[in-house]
Amino acid sequence: MATIRVQEAPFDVAAETAALSAGRVDVGGIASFLGLCRADDGLAALVLEHYPGMTERALAGIVAEAEGRWPLTGCTVIHRVGRILPGEPIVLVLAASRHRTAALEACAFLIDWLKTGAPFWKREEFADGQSRWVEARASDDAAAAKWG
Amino acid sequence: MAACGRSRRRADAMEVLYFAWVRQKVGLGSERVSPPPAVTDIGGLMDWLSSRSAGHAEAFAHGKQIRAAVNQEFCTRDHPVRAGDEVAFFPPVTGG
Repeated sequence: MATIRVQEAPFDVAAETAALSAGRVDVGGIASFLGLCRADDGLAALVLEHYPGMTERALAGIVAEAEGRWPLTGCTVIHRVGRILPGEPIVLVLAASRHRTAALEACAFLIDWLKTGAPFWKREEFADGQSRWVEARASDDAAAAKWG
Repeated sequence: MAACGRSRRRADAMEVLYFAWVRQKVGLGSERVSPPPAVTDIGGLMDWLSSRSAGHAEAFAHGKQIRAAVNQEFCTRDHPVRAGDEVAFFPPVTGG
């Protein structure tokens, strides 16, 4: 019962969190990761591109992997695309389980694998009109690899 | 019927998609190509695509920084390609 969405619109963290326990009393904890757009080096906006079709497929695969590793009662992955301004949310990962360890670990796993395993690309736009593609970081590969 | 010809897919064609700076350098988001039979894998397809235009050549000159997918699954250079495949080329991903 995972929720996976790729969208331009902002999302409602409270509503998404509430949806994971609505109408049920077996959820003991919900861990969350909310990724925001920073304004490093005079950044004016991030423009996120993705590979429609493959993105949803890759996210579904990552969620299935998490569900196989931890006993989750639900999880949510919402990633925005298009133009995102500093301070705005980019990505939301929620993992719900009976106990906190599974929820916290699954949440960390989901964002680590999403960063290296889902086809999104960020382009930075600066106030002076300059623009550059964000380069992948070795530290993200290492974070994903540590889950084995 | 002749009228069908325009919409019929060429039997030897594959769809190639480009994303991020690969798309910008190539100058196209996607194209339908029919490589010769000697092109059997991703590495061979990259070499063959390089010869299509100056933009293709510039993009694939950065070959080590380019990742690929066949039918929406990440793959390596030795992955086979065949007619009817959806092949994509792009930089390492930077979402999240």
